[in-house]
Amino acid sequence: MSLLPSDFADLEVFADWILPTEDERYAKRLGSTMAEMQSFYDTAFPRLEAIMAHAETVPIGDAAVVSDEDRNLAYLAFSLVTASFPVEAWKQPHVPDSGAAAFPLVSEPGF
Amino acid sequence: MAHFTKPAEGSWTELYPHLGTAPVSYQDSIDPEWFEDEREAVFKRSWLNLGRVEQLPRKGSYFTRELDAARTSLIIVRGADDEIRAFHNICRHRGNKLAWTDYPNEEDKGTCRQFACKYHGWRYDLEGELTFVQQEGEFFDLDKSDYGLVPVHLDVWEGFIFVNLADEPEQPLREFLGDLATGLDGYPFGEMTYCYEYVADVGANWKLFIDAFAEFYHAPILHMRQSVAEEASKLAGVGFEALHYEIYEPTAHSVVSSWGGMSPPADPSMVKPIENVLRSGLFGPWDKPEGIDLSTLPAGLNPAEHRAWGTDSFQVYPNMVILIWEPGWYLTYHYWPTAMNRHRFEARLYFAEPKNLAERISQELAAVTFKEFALQDGNTLEATQTMLESGVVREFPLCDQELLVRHLHHTVREQVNDYRAERDVAVAVGR
Repeated sequence: MSLLPSDFADLEVFADWILPTEDERYAKRLGSTMAEMQSFYDTAFPRLEAIMAHAETVPIGDAAVVSDEDRNLAYLAFSLVTASFPVEAWKQPHVPDSGAAAFPLVSEPGF
Repeated sequence: MAHFTKPAEGSWTELYPHLGTAPVSYQDSIDPEWFEDEREAVFKRSWLNLGRVEQLPRKGSYFTRELDAARTSLIIVRGADDEIRAFHNICRHRGNKLAWTDYPNEEDKGTCRQFACKYHGWRYDLEGELTFVQQEGEFFDLDKSDYGLVPVHLDVWEGFIFVNLADEPEQPLREFLGDLATGLDGYPFGEMTYCYEYVADVGANWKLFIDAFAEFYHAPILHMRQSVAEEASKLAGVGFEALHYEIYEPTAHSVVSSWGGMSPPADPSMVKPIENVLRSGLFGPWDKPEGIDLSTLPAGLNPAEHRAWGTDSFQVYPNMVILIWEPGWYLTYHYWPTAMNRHRFEARLYFAEPKNLAERISQELAAVTFKEFALQDGNTLEATQTMLESGVVREFPLCDQELLVRHLHHTVREQVNDYRAERDVAVAVGR
Protein backbone atom coordinates (compact mmCIF):
# COMPACT_ATOMS: atom_id res chain seq x y z
CA MET A 1 0.00 0.00 0.00
CA SER A 2 1.64 3.22 -1.12
CA LEU A 3 1.21 6.51 0.66
CA LEU A 4 1.55 8.78 -2.37
CA PRO A 5 0.44 8.62 -6.01
CA SER A 6 2.85 6.30 -7.84
CA ASP A 7 4.57 9.14 -9.73
CA PHE A 8 5.73 10.50 -6.39
CA ALA A 9 6.96 7.30 -4.78
CA ASP A 10 10.44 8.89 -4.51
CA LEU A 11 9.03 11.30 -1.89
CA GLU A 12 7.84 8.57 0.45
CA VAL A 13 11.14 8.77 2.32
CA PHE A 14 9.66 11.99 3.74
CA ALA A 15 6.51 10.24 4.95
CA ASP A 16 7.00 11.79 8.40
CA TRP A 17 6.13 15.16 6.80
CA ILE A 18 2.70 13.86 5.71
CA LEU A 19 0.76 15.60 8.47
CA PRO A 20 -2.94 16.44 8.20
CA THR A 21 -3.07 19.53 10.45
CA GLU A 22 -1.26 22.84 10.40
CA ASP A 23 -0.57 22.41 14.08
CA GLU A 24 1.39 19.20 13.45
CA ARG A 25 3.23 20.66 10.46
CA TYR A 26 4.29 23.74 12.39
CA ALA A 27 5.39 21.62 15.36
CA LYS A 28 7.39 19.36 13.03
CA ARG A 29 9.12 22.40 11.58
CA LEU A 30 10.04 23.78 15.02
CA GLY A 31 11.25 20.33 16.07
CA SER A 32 13.49 19.82 13.01
CA THR A 33 17.06 20.86 12.43
CA MET A 34 17.96 23.08 9.48
CA ALA A 35 19.85 20.13 7.97
CA GLU A 36 16.71 17.98 8.08
CA MET A 37 14.60 20.68 6.48
CA GLN A 38 17.21 21.48 3.88
CA SER A 39 17.32 17.82 2.87
CA PHE A 40 13.51 17.67 2.62
CA TYR A 41 13.45 20.90 0.62
CA ASP A 42 16.30 19.90 -1.70
CA THR A 43 14.49 16.73 -2.70
CA ALA A 44 10.87 17.87 -2.65
CA PHE A 45 11.11 21.40 -4.02
CA PRO A 46 12.36 20.32 -7.49
CA ARG A 47 9.30 18.04 -7.60
CA LEU A 48 6.82 20.79 -6.70
CA GLU A 49 5.98 21.72 -10.29
CA ALA A 50 5.12 18.09 -10.99
CA ILE A 51 3.07 17.96 -7.79
CA MET A 52 1.12 21.03 -8.90
CA ALA A 53 0.58 19.64 -12.40
CA HIS A 54 -0.85 16.48 -10.83
CA ALA A 55 -2.86 18.42 -8.24
CA GLU A 56 -4.55 20.41 -11.01
CA THR A 57 -6.13 17.18 -12.18
CA VAL A 58 -7.61 16.43 -8.75
CA PRO A 59 -10.96 18.18 -8.31
CA ILE A 60 -12.04 19.08 -4.78
CA GLY A 61 -15.30 20.43 -3.43
CA ASP A 62 -18.77 19.12 -2.66
CA ALA A 63 -19.05 16.25 -5.12
CA ALA A 64 -15.38 15.28 -5.29
CA VAL A 65 -13.82 12.34 -3.47
CA VAL A 66 -10.09 12.82 -2.94
CA SER A 67 -8.06 9.61 -2.68
CA ASP A 68 -5.85 9.04 0.36
CA GLU A 69 -2.77 9.18 -1.87
CA ASP A 70 -3.72 12.59 -3.28
CA ARG A 71 -4.65 13.85 0.16
CA ASN A 72 -1.24 12.76 1.48
CA LEU A 73 0.45 14.48 -1.46
CA ALA A 74 -1.32 17.71 -0.53
CA TYR A 75 -0.25 17.36 3.11
CA LEU A 76 3.33 16.81 1.98
CA ALA A 77 3.11 19.94 -0.21
CA PHE A 78 1.71 21.90 2.76
CA SER A 79 4.70 20.75 4.83
CA LEU A 80 7.05 21.87 2.07
CA VAL A 81 5.38 25.29 2.19
CA THR A 82 5.97 25.42 5.94
CA ALA A 83 9.59 24.26 5.64
CA SER A 84 10.30 26.70 2.80
CA PHE A 85 10.28 29.65 5.20
CA PRO A 86 13.22 28.44 7.32
CA VAL A 87 15.06 27.33 4.17
CA GLU A 88 14.35 30.23 1.81
CA ALA A 89 14.10 33.09 4.28
CA TRP A 90 15.00 32.61 7.94
CA LYS A 91 17.97 30.19 8.08
CA GLN A 92 16.46 28.99 11.36
CA PRO A 93 13.33 26.95 12.16
CA HIS A 94 11.29 29.63 13.92
CA VAL A 95 10.20 33.03 12.67
CA PRO A 96 12.77 35.62 13.85
CA ASP A 97 11.56 37.85 16.68
CA SER A 98 8.49 35.70 17.21
CA GLY A 99 9.69 34.40 20.61
CA ALA A 100 6.93 32.72 22.56
CA ALA A 101 4.16 34.11 20.36
CA ALA A 102 1.72 31.47 19.13
CA PHE A 103 -0.84 31.85 16.41
CA PRO A 104 -2.69 28.58 15.97
CA LEU A 105 -4.90 27.89 12.99
CA VAL A 106 -7.98 26.78 14.91
CA SER A 107 -10.12 25.98 11.90
CA GLU A 108 -8.59 24.68 8.70
CA PRO A 109 -10.78 24.35 5.60
CA GLY A 110 -11.17 20.76 4.53
CA PHE A 111 -11.11 19.23 1.06
CA MET B 1 10.35 62.40 -1.01
CA ALA B 2 6.70 61.63 -1.61
CA HIS B 3 6.11 58.93 -4.21
CA PHE B 4 2.36 59.27 -4.15
CA THR B 5 0.30 62.44 -4.21
CA LYS B 6 -0.74 63.84 -0.85
CA PRO B 7 -3.79 66.05 -0.26
CA ALA B 8 -3.56 69.77 -0.94
CA GLU B 9 -3.60 70.37 2.83
CA GLY B 10 -0.02 69.08 2.79
CA SER B 11 -0.61 65.81 4.62
CA TRP B 12 -3.31 63.21 5.22
CA THR B 13 -3.40 64.09 8.90
CA GLU B 14 -4.07 67.77 8.24
CA LEU B 15 -7.18 66.80 6.27
CA TYR B 16 -8.64 66.12 9.72
CA PRO B 17 -7.65 69.22 11.70
CA HIS B 18 -9.40 68.06 14.89
CA LEU B 19 -6.78 65.32 15.22
CA GLY B 20 -3.88 67.76 15.39
CA THR B 21 -0.31 66.70 14.74
CA ALA B 22 1.02 66.67 18.32
CA PRO B 23 2.51 63.62 20.04
CA VAL B 24 -0.15 61.22 21.35
CA SER B 25 -0.60 59.89 24.88
CA TYR B 26 -0.81 56.12 25.32
CA GLN B 27 -2.25 56.37 28.83
CA ASP B 28 -5.39 54.86 27.29
CA SER B 29 -3.54 51.56 26.90
CA ILE B 30 -2.06 51.21 30.39
CA ASP B 31 -4.74 52.50 32.77
CA PRO B 32 -7.03 49.81 34.26
CA GLU B 33 -9.74 52.34 35.16
CA TRP B 34 -9.73 53.66 31.63
CA PHE B 35 -10.17 50.13 30.36
CA GLU B 36 -13.18 49.58 32.65
CA ASP B 37 -14.78 52.65 31.13
CA GLU B 38 -13.99 51.47 27.60
CA ARG B 39 -16.16 48.44 28.29
CA GLU B 40 -19.13 50.75 28.85
CA ALA B 41 -18.34 53.59 26.48
CA VAL B 42 -17.09 51.60 23.51
CA PHE B 43 -18.07 47.95 23.67
CA LYS B 44 -21.56 48.28 25.14
CA ARG B 45 -22.53 51.07 22.74
CA SER B 46 -21.04 50.19 19.34
CA TRP B 47 -22.25 47.70 16.78
CA LEU B 48 -19.88 44.72 17.01
CA ASN B 49 -19.34 42.11 14.33
CA LEU B 50 -19.56 38.53 15.64
CA GLY B 51 -19.20 36.55 12.45
CA ARG B 52 -20.91 35.73 9.20
CA VAL B 53 -24.22 34.23 8.15
CA GLU B 54 -22.43 31.21 6.66
CA GLN B 55 -21.73 30.12 10.25
CA LEU B 56 -25.49 29.58 10.63
CA PRO B 57 -26.36 27.50 7.58
CA ARG B 58 -29.75 26.08 8.68
CA LYS B 59 -32.64 26.51 11.06
CA GLY B 60 -31.41 25.80 14.57
CA SER B 61 -27.74 26.56 13.78
CA TYR B 62 -26.24 28.55 16.63
CA PHE B 63 -22.96 29.69 18.11
CA THR B 64 -22.08 31.40 21.36
CA ARG B 65 -19.62 34.26 21.81
CA GLU B 66 -17.86 35.12 25.03
CA LEU B 67 -17.70 38.91 25.14
CA ASP B 68 -15.36 39.64 28.04
CA ALA B 69 -15.21 43.25 26.91
CA ALA B 70 -18.87 43.64 27.77
CA ARG B 71 -18.88 40.99 30.50
CA THR B 72 -21.47 38.80 28.84
CA SER B 73 -21.94 35.75 26.67
CA LEU B 74 -24.28 35.71 23.70
CA ILE B 75 -26.17 33.07 21.74
CA ILE B 76 -26.57 33.79 18.02
CA VAL B 77 -29.15 31.49 16.46
CA ARG B 78 -31.07 31.02 13.24
CA GLY B 79 -34.74 30.54 14.14
CA ALA B 80 -37.37 28.24 12.69
CA ASP B 81 -38.48 31.30 10.71
CA ASP B 82 -34.90 31.63 9.27
CA GLU B 83 -34.42 34.90 11.13
CA ILE B 84 -31.05 35.33 12.89
CA ARG B 85 -31.34 36.56 16.49
CA ALA B 86 -29.02 37.21 19.42
CA PHE B 87 -29.73 36.61 23.10
CA HIS B 88 -27.79 36.93 26.30
CA ASN B 89 -26.69 33.40 27.17
CA ILE B 90 -28.49 33.30 30.52
CA CYS B 91 -31.37 31.20 31.81
CA ARG B 92 -34.18 33.34 33.20
CA HIS B 93 -34.71 31.03 36.17
CA ARG B 94 -31.60 31.45 38.30
CA GLY B 95 -28.98 32.82 35.96
CA ASN B 96 -27.15 29.74 34.78
CA LYS B 97 -25.33 30.03 31.49
CA LEU B 98 -27.67 28.38 29.00
CA ALA B 99 -25.63 27.08 26.05
CA TRP B 100 -22.25 25.52 26.78
CA THR B 101 -20.59 22.11 26.65
CA ASP B 102 -18.27 20.77 29.35
CA TYR B 103 -16.48 24.07 29.99
CA PRO B 104 -18.72 27.04 30.78
CA ASN B 105 -16.14 29.56 29.53
CA GLU B 106 -15.58 27.92 26.17
CA GLU B 107 -17.58 28.93 23.14
CA ASP B 108 -20.10 26.47 21.79
CA LYS B 109 -21.68 25.90 18.40
CA GLY B 110 -23.91 23.42 16.67
CA THR B 111 -27.48 22.80 15.65
CA CYS B 112 -30.39 22.30 18.01
CA ARG B 113 -34.20 22.39 18.18
CA GLN B 114 -34.33 24.24 21.46
CA PHE B 115 -32.09 25.37 24.33
CA ALA B 116 -32.44 23.48 27.59
CA CYS B 117 -30.83 24.66 30.81
CA LYS B 118 -28.55 22.09 32.41
CA TYR B 119 -29.56 23.22 35.90
CA HIS B 120 -33.35 22.77 36.22
CA GLY B 121 -34.34 21.91 32.69
CA TRP B 122 -36.09 25.11 31.61
CA ARG B 123 -36.40 25.16 27.83
CA TYR B 124 -36.46 27.94 25.25
CA ASP B 125 -37.33 27.75 21.58
CA LEU B 126 -35.12 29.05 18.77
CA GLU B 127 -36.89 32.40 18.90
CA GLY B 128 -36.07 32.78 22.60
CA GLU B 129 -39.53 32.04 24.05
CA LEU B 130 -39.68 30.08 27.31
CA THR B 131 -41.56 26.88 26.39
CA PHE B 132 -41.13 24.56 29.37
CA VAL B 133 -40.76 24.97 33.12
CA GLN B 134 -39.97 21.93 35.22
CA GLN B 135 -42.72 21.50 37.87
CA GLU B 136 -44.38 24.65 36.66
CA GLY B 137 -47.17 24.28 39.26
CA GLU B 138 -44.67 24.90 42.09
CA PHE B 139 -44.13 28.49 40.93
CA PHE B 140 -46.18 31.52 41.93
CA ASP B 141 -48.15 33.25 39.17
CA LEU B 142 -45.44 32.48 36.64
CA ASP B 143 -46.36 33.60 33.14
CA LYS B 144 -43.92 31.95 30.74
CA SER B 145 -44.31 34.75 28.20
CA ASP B 146 -42.61 37.08 30.72
CA TYR B 147 -39.49 34.92 30.87
CA GLY B 148 -38.14 34.66 27.35
CA LEU B 149 -34.41 35.01 26.70
CA VAL B 150 -33.07 38.56 26.90
CA PRO B 151 -32.70 39.75 23.31
CA VAL B 152 -29.80 41.73 21.91
CA HIS B 153 -30.09 44.07 18.91
CA LEU B 154 -28.82 42.30 15.81
CA ASP B 155 -28.56 43.26 12.17
CA VAL B 156 -26.74 41.93 9.13
CA TRP B 157 -24.76 43.80 6.48
CA GLU B 158 -23.40 41.91 3.45
CA GLY B 159 -23.50 38.67 5.43
CA PHE B 160 -21.67 40.13 8.45
CA ILE B 161 -23.63 39.68 11.69
CA PHE B 162 -23.47 42.67 14.04
CA VAL B 163 -24.91 43.07 17.54
CA ASN B 164 -25.37 46.09 19.73
CA LEU B 165 -25.60 45.65 23.50
CA ALA B 166 -27.21 49.04 24.20
CA ASP B 167 -30.85 49.06 25.35
CA GLU B 168 -31.50 51.29 22.35
CA PRO B 169 -28.63 51.67 19.86
CA GLU B 170 -27.81 55.27 19.07
CA GLN B 171 -28.32 54.51 15.38
CA PRO B 172 -29.25 51.56 13.14
CA LEU B 173 -26.39 49.40 11.82
CA ARG B 174 -26.55 50.86 8.32
CA GLU B 175 -26.22 54.40 9.60
CA PHE B 176 -23.46 53.31 12.00
CA LEU B 177 -21.47 51.82 9.09
CA GLY B 178 -22.16 54.85 6.88
CA ASP B 179 -20.05 55.42 3.78
CA LEU B 180 -17.83 52.42 4.54
CA ALA B 181 -20.80 50.13 3.87
CA THR B 182 -21.99 52.13 0.89
CA GLY B 183 -18.54 51.85 -0.67
CA LEU B 184 -18.37 48.08 -0.21
CA ASP B 185 -21.95 47.10 -1.03
CA GLY B 186 -21.95 44.33 -3.61
CA TYR B 187 -18.45 42.97 -3.03
CA PRO B 188 -18.83 39.16 -3.40
CA PHE B 189 -18.10 38.36 0.27
CA GLY B 190 -20.75 35.63 0.09
CA GLU B 191 -18.82 33.82 -2.65
CA MET B 192 -15.60 33.73 -0.65
CA THR B 193 -16.41 31.31 2.12
CA TYR B 194 -13.39 28.99 2.27
CA CYS B 195 -12.10 30.10 5.64
CA TYR B 196 -8.83 29.76 7.56
CA GLU B 197 -9.35 30.88 11.14
CA TYR B 198 -6.58 31.84 13.58
CA VAL B 199 -6.86 32.86 17.21
CA ALA B 200 -4.15 34.22 19.46
CA ASP B 201 -4.06 35.43 23.03
CA VAL B 202 -1.94 38.59 22.90
CA GLY B 203 -0.44 40.27 25.96
CA ALA B 204 -1.16 43.80 24.85
CA ASN B 205 -3.97 46.33 24.96
CA TRP B 206 -6.43 45.72 22.11
CA LYS B 207 -5.73 49.11 20.53
CA LEU B 208 -2.03 48.33 20.10
CA PHE B 209 -2.72 45.52 17.64
CA ILE B 210 -5.18 47.68 15.73
CA ASP B 211 -2.42 50.31 15.61
CA ALA B 212 -0.02 47.73 14.17
CA PHE B 213 -2.31 46.80 11.32
CA ALA B 214 -3.64 50.32 10.71
CA GLU B 215 -0.24 51.47 9.46
CA PHE B 216 2.21 49.82 7.10
CA TYR B 217 5.05 52.19 8.01
CA HIS B 218 6.42 49.22 10.01
CA ALA B 219 6.25 46.71 7.16
CA PRO B 220 9.56 47.30 5.32
CA ILE B 221 11.43 47.16 8.65
CA LEU B 222 9.78 44.60 10.96
CA HIS B 223 9.12 42.21 8.09
CA MET B 224 12.31 42.96 6.15
CA ARG B 225 13.58 39.38 6.02
CA GLN B 226 10.30 38.08 4.61
CA SER B 227 11.43 39.41 1.23
CA VAL B 228 14.37 38.31 -0.88
CA ALA B 229 17.47 40.33 0.09
CA GLU B 230 17.62 42.75 -2.82
CA GLU B 231 13.92 43.48 -2.66
CA ALA B 232 14.10 43.95 1.14
CA SER B 233 16.79 46.62 1.01
CA LYS B 234 14.90 48.41 -1.75
CA LEU B 235 11.70 48.38 0.29
CA ALA B 236 13.48 49.63 3.41
CA GLY B 237 15.12 52.41 1.42
CA VAL B 238 11.85 53.59 -0.08
CA GLY B 239 9.82 53.11 3.10
CA PHE B 240 6.05 52.96 2.98
CA GLU B 241 3.54 55.44 1.65
CA ALA B 242 -0.13 54.64 1.29
CA LEU B 243 -2.06 55.48 -1.85
CA HIS B 244 -4.92 56.95 0.10
CA TYR B 245 -6.37 57.44 3.57
CA GLU B 246 -9.92 58.30 4.43
CA ILE B 247 -11.97 58.66 7.57
CA TYR B 248 -15.64 58.20 6.71
CA GLU B 249 -16.97 61.09 8.73
CA PRO B 250 -19.27 61.39 10.58
CA THR B 251 -18.59 57.74 11.45
CA ALA B 252 -15.33 56.60 13.04
CA HIS B 253 -14.57 54.02 10.34
CA SER B 254 -11.65 54.52 8.00
CA VAL B 255 -9.51 52.99 5.26
CA VAL B 256 -5.88 52.82 4.27
CA SER B 257 -5.32 51.93 0.64
CA SER B 258 -1.98 50.48 -0.42
CA TRP B 259 -0.05 49.50 -3.47
CA GLY B 260 1.71 46.21 -3.98
CA GLY B 261 1.00 42.61 -4.64
CA MET B 262 2.82 42.17 -7.90
CA SER B 263 0.53 39.38 -9.11
CA PRO B 264 2.39 38.08 -10.97
CA PRO B 265 5.62 39.99 -10.26
CA ALA B 266 7.30 41.84 -13.10
CA ASP B 267 10.58 40.15 -12.22
CA PRO B 268 10.44 36.57 -10.83
CA SER B 269 13.69 37.09 -8.90
CA MET B 270 11.82 39.60 -6.68
CA VAL B 271 9.96 36.80 -4.93
CA LYS B 272 10.95 33.57 -3.22
CA PRO B 273 11.34 30.35 -5.26
CA ILE B 274 8.26 28.69 -3.76
CA GLU B 275 6.13 31.71 -4.63
CA ASN B 276 7.08 31.36 -8.28
CA VAL B 277 6.13 27.70 -8.39
CA LEU B 278 2.87 28.04 -6.44
CA ARG B 279 1.98 31.43 -7.99
CA SER B 280 1.02 32.76 -4.58
CA GLY B 281 2.33 34.75 -1.63
CA LEU B 282 1.37 37.31 0.98
CA PHE B 283 -1.11 38.96 -1.40
CA GLY B 284 -2.72 35.60 -2.09
CA PRO B 285 -2.87 33.37 -5.16
CA TRP B 286 -1.80 35.38 -8.22
CA ASP B 287 -4.62 34.00 -10.35
CA LYS B 288 -8.03 35.45 -9.61
CA PRO B 289 -10.70 32.93 -8.60
CA GLU B 290 -12.71 31.61 -11.51
CA GLY B 291 -16.42 32.17 -11.56
CA ILE B 292 -16.45 35.30 -9.39
CA ASP B 293 -16.98 38.55 -11.21
CA LEU B 294 -14.36 41.04 -10.05
CA SER B 295 -14.35 43.10 -13.25
CA THR B 296 -16.22 45.98 -11.65
CA LEU B 297 -15.34 46.70 -8.06
CA PRO B 298 -17.50 48.63 -5.57
CA ALA B 299 -16.70 52.34 -5.54
CA GLY B 300 -15.10 52.17 -2.08
CA LEU B 301 -12.29 49.93 -3.29
CA ASN B 302 -9.07 51.39 -4.66
CA PRO B 303 -10.22 54.91 -3.74
CA ALA B 304 -7.17 56.51 -5.38
CA GLU B 305 -7.92 54.56 -8.57
CA HIS B 306 -4.24 53.70 -8.78
CA ARG B 307 -2.95 51.10 -11.23
CA ALA B 308 -0.57 49.69 -8.58
CA TRP B 309 -3.40 49.16 -6.07
CA GLY B 310 -2.90 46.04 -3.97
CA THR B 311 -5.05 46.14 -0.86
CA ASP B 312 -7.52 48.19 1.15
CA SER B 313 -7.70 47.83 4.90
CA PHE B 314 -11.06 48.99 6.24
CA GLN B 315 -11.09 49.78 9.94
CA VAL B 316 -14.59 49.06 11.23
CA TYR B 317 -14.70 50.90 14.53
CA PRO B 318 -14.19 49.81 17.21
CA ASN B 319 -12.53 46.41 16.80
CA MET B 320 -12.83 44.93 13.33
CA VAL B 321 -10.83 45.14 10.13
CA ILE B 322 -11.92 44.01 6.68
CA LEU B 323 -8.91 43.80 4.40
CA ILE B 324 -9.59 43.23 0.72
CA TRP B 325 -6.77 42.11 -1.58
CA GLU B 326 -6.63 42.96 -5.26
CA PRO B 327 -6.22 39.31 -6.38
CA GLY B 328 -9.71 38.49 -5.12
CA TRP B 329 -9.95 37.44 -1.48
CA TYR B 330 -10.33 39.12 1.87
CA LEU B 331 -9.54 38.71 5.53
CA THR B 332 -10.98 40.00 8.77
CA TYR B 333 -9.35 40.83 12.09
CA HIS B 334 -11.14 41.16 15.40
CA TYR B 335 -9.58 42.43 18.60
CA TRP B 336 -11.48 41.40 21.75
CA PRO B 337 -10.10 42.85 24.95
CA THR B 338 -10.00 40.51 27.94
CA ALA B 339 -8.07 42.83 30.27
CA MET B 340 -6.33 46.21 30.13
CA ASN B 341 -3.21 44.52 28.77
CA ARG B 342 -4.59 41.39 27.05
CA HIS B 343 -6.82 40.63 24.14
CA ARG B 344 -7.97 37.80 21.98
CA PHE B 345 -6.94 38.37 18.39
CA GLU B 346 -8.88 36.57 15.67
CA ALA B 347 -7.97 36.46 12.00
CA ARG B 348 -9.99 34.81 9.27
CA LEU B 349 -8.83 34.47 5.67
CA TYR B 350 -11.67 34.04 3.20
CA PHE B 351 -11.01 32.64 -0.26
CA ALA B 352 -13.18 31.32 -3.04
CA GLU B 353 -13.69 27.58 -2.71
CA PRO B 354 -10.73 25.97 -4.54
CA LYS B 355 -11.76 23.89 -7.53
CA ASN B 356 -8.79 21.54 -7.46
CA LEU B 357 -5.98 20.49 -5.17
CA ALA B 358 -3.48 22.82 -6.86
CA GLU B 359 -5.57 25.87 -5.97
CA ARG B 360 -5.75 24.60 -2.39
CA ILE B 361 -1.94 24.30 -2.23
CA SER B 362 -1.55 27.86 -3.58
CA GLN B 363 -3.89 29.10 -0.85
CA GLU B 364 -1.82 27.26 1.75
CA LEU B 365 1.21 29.40 0.85
CA ALA B 366 -0.85 32.57 1.32
CA ALA B 367 -2.13 31.33 4.69
CA VAL B 368 1.28 30.23 5.96
CA THR B 369 2.86 33.51 4.81
CA PHE B 370 0.16 35.40 6.66
CA LYS B 371 0.99 33.55 9.85
CA GLU B 372 4.73 34.25 9.54
CA PHE B 373 3.99 37.98 9.41
CA ALA B 374 1.41 37.87 12.20
CA LEU B 375 3.81 36.09 14.57
CA GLN B 376 6.27 38.96 14.22
CA ASP B 377 3.53 41.55 14.70
CA GLY B 378 2.07 39.84 17.77
CA ASN B 379 5.37 39.39 19.56
CA THR B 380 6.35 43.02 19.06
CA LEU B 381 3.14 44.13 20.75
CA GLU B 382 3.96 42.42 24.03
CA ALA B 383 7.29 44.24 24.03
CA THR B 384 5.48 47.53 23.45
CA GLN B 385 2.91 46.92 26.18
CA THR B 386 5.46 46.22 28.91
CA MET B 387 7.46 49.33 28.07
CA LEU B 388 4.39 51.55 27.85
CA GLU B 389 3.45 50.29 31.32
CA SER B 390 6.86 51.37 32.60
CA GLY B 391 5.55 54.93 32.23
CA VAL B 392 9.03 56.16 31.33
CA VAL B 393 7.71 57.80 28.18
CA ARG B 394 4.10 58.97 28.00
CA GLU B 395 3.69 60.69 24.65
CA PHE B 396 4.69 59.49 21.23
CA PRO B 397 5.10 61.28 17.91
CA LEU B 398 3.03 59.79 15.09
CA CYS B 399 3.81 60.39 11.44
CA ASP B 400 1.43 61.03 8.57
CA GLN B 401 1.39 57.31 7.68
CA GLU B 402 0.08 56.67 11.20
CA LEU B 403 -3.03 58.80 10.71
CA LEU B 404 -5.39 55.93 11.52
CA VAL B 405 -3.47 55.20 14.74
CA ARG B 406 -3.93 58.82 15.80
CA HIS B 407 -7.59 58.63 14.78
CA LEU B 408 -8.32 55.43 16.74
CA HIS B 409 -6.91 56.76 20.00
CA HIS B 410 -8.64 60.08 19.47
CA THR B 411 -12.01 58.39 18.89
CA VAL B 412 -11.76 56.09 21.91
CA ARG B 413 -10.62 59.03 24.06
CA GLU B 414 -13.63 61.09 22.98
CA GLN B 415 -16.09 58.24 23.59
CA VAL B 416 -14.73 57.48 27.04
CA ASN B 417 -14.60 61.16 28.01
CA ASP B 418 -18.20 61.63 26.80
CA TYR B 419 -19.27 58.59 28.79
CA ARG B 420 -17.50 59.88 31.90
CA ALA B 421 -19.13 63.30 31.52
CA GLU B 422 -22.58 61.70 31.21
CA ARG B 423 -21.91 59.51 34.22
CA ASP B 424 -20.77 62.50 36.29
CA VAL B 425 -23.95 64.36 35.39
CA ALA B 426 -26.01 61.30 36.30
CA VAL B 427 -24.26 61.07 39.66
CA ALA B 428 -24.69 64.79 40.26
CA VAL B 429 -28.44 64.68 39.68
CA GLY B 430 -28.64 61.61 41.90
CA ARG B 431 -29.69 59.11 39.26
